[in-house]
Amino acid sequence: MSQQPKPSESAAVAAPIAPKRPSRLRTFLDSDIVYSWQRQPVVILATLVTLTMFAGALFAPWIAPQNPFDPRQLELIDAFTPPLTTSDFTGNFYLLGSDSQGRDVFSAILYGSRISLLVGFAAVLFALALGTALGLMAGFRGGWRDALIMRIADVQLTFPSILMALLIFGVIRGFLPRSMHAEVAIIVLIIAIGLSDWVQYARAVRGATMVEKGKEYVQAARVIGLPDHRILFQHILPNVLRPVLVIGTIGLALAIIAEATLSFLGVGMPATQPSLGTLIRVGQDYMFSGEWWILLFPGVALLLLALSVNLLGDWLRDVLNPKLR
Amino acid sequence: MLAFLIQRVLQAIFVMFVVALISFSLFHYVGDPVLNMLGQEATEADRAALRAQLGLDQPVVVQFWQFVVNAAQFEFGISYRSARPVTDLIMERLPATLELAIISAIFAVVMGIVLGIYTAIQRGSWLSKFIMTASLIGVSLPTFLIGILLIYLFAVELGWLPAFGRGQTVRLGDWWTTGLLTTSGLRSLILPAITLGLFQLTLIMRLVRAEMLEVLRTDYIKFARARGLSKRVVNLRHALKNTLIPVITIIGLQLGTIIAFAIITETVFQWPGVGALFITAVRFVDIPVMAAYLMMIALVFVVINLVVDLLYYAVDPRLRVQGGAK
Repeated sequence: MSQQPKPSESAAVAAPIAPKRPSRLRTFLDSDIVYSWQRQPVVILATLVTLTMFAGALFAPWIAPQNPFDPRQLELIDAFTPPLTTSDFTGNFYLLGSDSQGRDVFSAILYGSRISLLVGFAAVLFALALGTALGLMAGFRGGWRDALIMRIADVQLTFPSILMALLIFGVIRGFLPRSMHAEVAIIVLIIAIGLSDWVQYARAVRGATMVEKGKEYVQAARVIGLPDHRILFQHILPNVLRPVLVIGTIGLALAIIAEATLSFLGVGMPATQPSLGTLIRVGQDYMFSGEWWILLFPGVALLLLALSVNLLGDWLRDVLNPKLR
Repeated sequence: MLAFLIQRVLQAIFVMFVVALISFSLFHYVGDPVLNMLGQEATEADRAALRAQLGLDQPVVVQFWQFVVNAAQFEFGISYRSARPVTDLIMERLPATLELAIISAIFAVVMGIVLGIYTAIQRGSWLSKFIMTASLIGVSLPTFLIGILLIYLFAVELGWLPAFGRGQTVRLGDWWTTGLLTTSGLRSLILPAITLGLFQLTLIMRLVRAEMLEVLRTDYIKFARARGLSKRVVNLRHALKNTLIPVITIIGLQLGTIIAFAIITETVFQWPGVGALFITAVRFVDIPVMAAYLMMIALVFVVINLVVDLLYYAVDPRLRVQGGAK
């Protein structure tokens, strides 16, 4: 730890190279956030794990030894190969073993975390956009809009969000024709998890907006005659985004867990497009017969993903909270 | 106080109204119940007759009113999947869920308070540090993974406890079946109850600990110690009492959460309860069961929230004074 240069020292070293104005990269590297990041080994580890899993998910088609969605690439004869074993029949090497259909568990996890992350990110973005928009409106306009939005938020907050997501998922599914269920599962899942989680963003943004609204720069913008929407989106919005960012990071971990839970319950992603939760559900069936790797590795992957994103969120919250400095 | 109460009751009624509206529209717009109930050979006249019999030729508002009246009497029609009255299905499975929920709530509350007090009083000991760290991990693990982990450890590896089901049950009265009176029933209950209660346990424990630490710093505790009262009396009689107000609220609110999370636990342990019934209903789009569950869970949450609000006023005299002064 002591070997890390203090921000002031590195700034001094950088000064002669860029005498007038430090580059943007240099400003970023000297910021408090980076300094705090360097000093916490747990956070560094969490970042590495998160980045590795993101990269694994993103580049799954190039990293994975096989495409688990393509039946032609599956070797049924290799079913239930234990981890770190080369199959006697086909000579394929299975790093984390294979499942009942000869599907490589490692590849399935890469492709599965792809779906988990896609649903997680999309659901958080959806909740974030909806919550921020409603929060801005409630905080800026006040009156009956504020009362209505916040009442709905209060009511929704009394239900646990995973139950909310499950109920919304069930209701949307009820309204859709049965033949569409498998195709649109991912979209329904995103909407359900997103709708179950907008309240926190709305509350945070509403509070921040009400504070910002009374500040001088907003009054100045009013005085020079800017229309409401410009004040709202160009002046207030950038100033209320900080809490949203923090909630969003922790929200990503929660959304990933919510998706995994729904898929585990058998009402999320279908077995033809497995996410990590679906893989765990499938793996549970083999727990009793001794094929532990089909269950264990997807479970560990989910755990690592949720835990490290959660840690990053906690860290970000502490760093961005001026009260804790 | 009265204004607050009226506002809360109105809010509760509004929530129930919205949920009823959603359930009703599920029924109304998803497929044609007449086609569902009559076979393909039915004539147009048969259909019209059934439609009139079910009141489906009435205006939508009248139908909605009829739906609400039926729901108030726990009439939700016939399950599409098992062709039995929804009320029977739910009644059959309700005891399993309630027993599981109540036992895990007791487990969570008792263990939570005990561990909370312990970690507050013995703050520096290695055991409390261990408990706090373990609780942190417990919070970040998804419920279903905890369940699977417990099954793997205690059912598959050690073989001490059953991995699924409810064991043998005994019939009490007309419809209540209980697993609490047989050994296999009790043994089957242990793992699901721990899984379901663990999250609540950590929550209650952390809350009790925080409140306790706060109270232990106040003057009246110092004074009680100075008077030479025994540690036991100071800790349990003076300090604990004042930590319990927020704890009661949380426990109340968590009861609803326990019933909600029972869905997950029941699926992991194949527990024959209402939550598992609901999951099956969602999977197979069994609208009557879904609607009934929606109404039921909404009612449970609304009632719990109301009761907690009332309790809050009953327990904390300061709030009453404030309300009266307004």
